[in-house]
Order: sequence, then C-alpha cells, then structure tokens
Amino acid sequence: MDLQTLTYIVVGATFALYIGIAIWARARTTGDFYVAGKGVPPVLNGMATAADWMSAASFISMAGLIAFYGYGGSVFLMGWTGGYVLLAMLLAPYLRKYGKYTVPEFIGDRYYGQSARILAVICLIIASVTYVIGQMKGIGVAFSRFLETDYDTGLYIGMGIVFIYAVMGGMKGITYTQIAQYCVLIFAYTVPAVFISMHLTGNPIPQIGLGSKMADGSGLYLLDKLDATLKDLGFGEYTTKERLSTLNMFVYTMSLMIGTAGLPHVIMRFFTVPKVKDARASAGWALVFIALLYTVAPAVGAMARMNLMDTIQPAPGEWLKVDERPSWFRNWEKTGLLKFEDKNGDGRIQYVADPEKNEMVKVDRDIMVLANPEIAKLPNWVIALVVAGGLAAALSTAAGLLLAIASAISHDLLKGVFAPNISEKSELLASRIAMALAIAAAGYLGLHPPDFAAGTVALAFGLAASSIFPALMMGIFSKTMNKAGAMAGMLAGIGVTLFYVFQHKGIFFVADWKYLESWGTNWFLGIEPNAFGAIGAVVNFAVAFIVAKVTAPPPEHIQHMVEDIRVPMGAEAAAAAH
Amino acid sequence: MSSRASYWKANLRLVTVCLTIWFLVSFVFGILLAEPLNAIRIGGYKLGFWFAQQGSIYTFVILIFCYAWRVNKLDQQYGVHED
Repeated sequence: MDLQTLTYIVVGATFALYIGIAIWARARTTGDFYVAGKGVPPVLNGMATAADWMSAASFISMAGLIAFYGYGGSVFLMGWTGGYVLLAMLLAPYLRKYGKYTVPEFIGDRYYGQSARILAVICLIIASVTYVIGQMKGIGVAFSRFLETDYDTGLYIGMGIVFIYAVMGGMKGITYTQIAQYCVLIFAYTVPAVFISMHLTGNPIPQIGLGSKMADGSGLYLLDKLDATLKDLGFGEYTTKERLSTLNMFVYTMSLMIGTAGLPHVIMRFFTVPKVKDARASAGWALVFIALLYTVAPAVGAMARMNLMDTIQPAPGEWLKVDERPSWFRNWEKTGLLKFEDKNGDGRIQYVADPEKNEMVKVDRDIMVLANPEIAKLPNWVIALVVAGGLAAALSTAAGLLLAIASAISHDLLKGVFAPNISEKSELLASRIAMALAIAAAGYLGLHPPDFAAGTVALAFGLAASSIFPALMMGIFSKTMNKAGAMAGMLAGIGVTLFYVFQHKGIFFVADWKYLESWGTNWFLGIEPNAFGAIGAVVNFAVAFIVAKVTAPPPEHIQHMVEDIRVPMGAEAAAAAH
Repeated sequence: MSSRASYWKANLRLVTVCLTIWFLVSFVFGILLAEPLNAIRIGGYKLGFWFAQQGSIYTFVILIFCYAWRVNKLDQQYGVHED
C-alpha cells in the first residue's frame, strides 16, 4: 500500500477514536466542562497531563531543534521537565487545597479584588495564545506533509479540525481522549526511535543507543562520529556546542522551568484530582510519562542528524546528486519547508556551515521528526504512525489551551466580573465563541510564526514565567504579599518581557511592527528573547517585594486563608463547597 | 508553636533540600560545570552532556516521588492530613 493511503487510514482511525471518546463523554454541565468533576485518579491524570503537556513543540519540533543545536538543545529537555519539580513542590498541592476552578480565581481571591483577577486573565490569554501559535505551526507542518500541499493550506485545514475538536468536548471528554492520545503519541515516538537505534548501534533502547558504539564496525561511538562529521563541515561539535552562551542557556532553562509551573492549562490539571496527596503524586506520574518521551528525544535528534548528514554526504567529499534526491526530499520540497539551490552548478548538493557555500538553503527544523523515519528508510506504516502521533500531540495541547482561554474569558471575566447572573447555557456559549476567536487569531499569526514551533512555545513560557508563576508562588509562600505588590509585580514582569520579545519579533509577532531595531538583537547580556522570561520573573519578584514593603499589609482574613492552604487538612470541605 | 506552623517549617526544610538537588543536577552539572565534567565519560556519553540530556530528567522523576513520600509522612506526623 502506498504511503499516502496508509497515512489516511492510520490518521483516520486515531481521529475516529478520539472523536468517539469525546462524543461518548460529551460535557453536559459547566462543572464537567472545566474539571471533570474532580474524580480522576493520579496515574490516569498524570497520563492525561502528559498528553496535554507534550505538544507539537515536544513531539514534532523539539528533537529537530536538538538535532541542529546539539548540546544547546538541552535547554528544552531540562526546562520542560524540571518545571514539574517546581510544580509538585511549590504550587500544585496548595492550589488543589484551595479548590477552585481556575488560576485567575485564585489570584483574584488571594489578592482580594477583581483588578488582580482581570490582570491575571490578561497575562494568561497572552501566554496561551502565543502557545497556540506554536501548535498551529506544528499542525501546519504535519498537515502539509500528510496532504502533500503547501504549509499555508495545511494550516487552514488544521485550524478547522482543531475547532471541531476543542468545541465538541470539554475537559471530561478531553481527559479520556487524552489518555488515548498519550498512548498513540508515545508509541509513535518510540517505535521509529527503537528501529533507528537498533539500525545505527545495534541497541534497541534509544537512551542507551545514543551512548553506544556504531554498528558499522568502525568502533567509533555514535556521538564521537557525529562530533567529528559536524566539526569537519564547520557546524561545531554536537556534544559541546552551546546555545549562544552559558548564561543564555542558564536563563533559557530557568525560564522554561518556571514557565512550566506558571502555565494555566497545566495547573488546571491538578484541580481535577480527588485529594491534595493526589496532586503531588499526579505531578510525579505526569513527569514519568513525559520523561519517557524526553529521554528518547535526544537520541532521535542525534540520530536524525546523523542520518541526514549521511544521506547528503554518503561518503567523505562525495555529495548527493541533485537527480538522485530521495523521495522524502522531493515530498518535503512541495511543502516549501525544505529547499536547496545548486549554487556552484555541479549537480550535487553541498551541505556545510558556511552560508556562501551551503546549498541546503532551507531546512525547517520542524520537519526533522516527521521526516526522520523516511530518511532512515523505515517501513511506510511507521511513517504513517509518526504523522498520527504528531497530530495527536498538537491537537491535544491546542484543545487544552483553548479550554484554558475559554474558561478565562467566560468563567473569570464574564461570570466573575461583568455578568455574574449569566446562565450556564450562555456561559458555555461564550466559552465556545472565545475558543473560535482564539483559533482564528492563533492560526492567522501561525502563517508567519515568530520562531520554530518549540521556539514559539518557549516565548509563551517566558510570558507565563514572568507573570503568573511569581504571583502564585508569593501568594502561597508569603503571608505579607499584598494586592498592590502582586499587581505591580505582574505588570512589571510581563511588561519588560513583552517589551524585549516584541522589540525582537514585532508587536504581537507581526514582523513589520518591530521597534528600536537600532538596539540590535540579544542586547541584554546576550540573552535571546525566548529566554527572557526568567529575567522578567526576577523583575516581578523584586518589584512586588518593594511595593509590598511600602503599602498596607493584606487584611487578616487573607493571612488566614494563606495559613489554611498550606495544610492538606480540610481539603474535602473546600472541594465540596462547589 | 502550633503544629501547623512547625509542619510548615518542616515542609520548607524538605522543599529546600529537594530544590538544592534539582538545581545541582540541572543548572550546575548540566550547564555551569558541564565543560569540566565532559572530561569524564560513561560509554559514549560525556558526563556534562549526559546530565543535560538524560541524568537531570531521571533525577527529577525520583525527586518528586521522594518529596511526595516524605511530605505525606509529615502530614501524618503533624496531624494535618486529609480525612
């Protein structure tokens, strides 16, 4: 059977499964729509959180970025897993104890006022929409390859499917659907990795294969061979090449970690467990399921790079002939995401670091994971499976984020602030309209995304890191943090981060709306905009503490509330109040 | 001192220990000291590179379960557990 037909069948079958589950569990009341009635056990909740968490950025984009950044790509690996440690120890159990539906609800109560709540909603929407842009990029790449069209068409089709998907089921539908999605995506990610690891090193476990010797009889370790190949062509050593600088890597990792603990759609997950104890365990289980993919990803990245280099340079000094480009190469050219240019007219494709001589003029990093099984000449069913897995990852996260955006608008803004008497039916309708608008905005911006999928998502993390995380953490760990302090902190934190990001990428990521271009790029200590969230968070904490020092302390009942959320006792009662 | 206040103190101590390990395996071993650690090898892995792309992640998983186990015991010990 040809690849196209097979892909249709596998993708169609997995979609039928998800939609079937979504219909079966279709949300009826608003309580179910948001948090599935708080009845999901930790292991299953962990699995669903993992699916929710691992998006197009993790599945489609990250290993591709690692393939090209090498050691520098470690920022994603450490950043997107280490955040769960912060989440489990600093936030999840306390927010579960508090027992409300959404993050802005907590911020509004803790900082006693609608203004704090509205500010939190705005920060949340900015971060989440940026995140969805990253997903749209991934969805566009996957659909364009799968339907063999250009990227823009792939993106439009993806938008339609995300809309149907997110509007159909609420969190309950999504929780069970996401368990199915996790199974599909982890299977789709590891199967090709096992094949490729086996082929290159003779070891079927990719985590061990990456540190093993090549099976080609050369006696070289895989990583040493890769280092040598890349160094020869001027790319820099794979295992030691840093991302810009040590400081930039440090700040980048920190930004992703605290962003993880500040993203509303992940935190919301921990409202769904029955007990405080379960919130701690859920974070652990989520990380187990995430680590399964994240420890395989470095192997996928390195091995994909190795196979790509071997395809383009089959023997030292012998480059791939233009007429002999393999079919995967031609197929990706159709999407516009892969381009070569025979600059010296020798009928061969040179791939070197020097931009003057390099003839692989465009290799979109986000195609690497999807192209990987084809480059390694794996059977067609594996390739079809990877497309299905990539779509599962992108769709599940997009749906979770859209839900967070929808609940922020309908629950926090409409019902909480502007129209407290709104009926459940109108609230549900408003949340669906909010979803549709968010998809349209993110899709439009996804036509010219600010970075590769994982880079765009990193920007979203920076925004969450600089605004939500400090406000939540101070709300739990400092009894004296007051409304003025927290609000000034959030404004300052997200303010400086947006200023730095938009100066580099354009206002709302529209490239024509850049400003202060004469300042150059990465002008603050050589830190790139994707990593700036950690600096924003430091500003947030500092401003908050200074303002809190010179303004009135929070009222007595707020200090009692903080004391109360610090102990698990009485959590059932808090939940039952809903 | 009330049992709630001493529970919170004990919890903060535990969190501090855990976060020190968290910082050590990722930021120190994986980034700041990666270069000198790369002189040591486990198989084909340079040690600093291994911490950055494998070791830190395994440590995080173990760390969360250890924390959960210890803090659940604290809950019981100070009588602030649920039910």
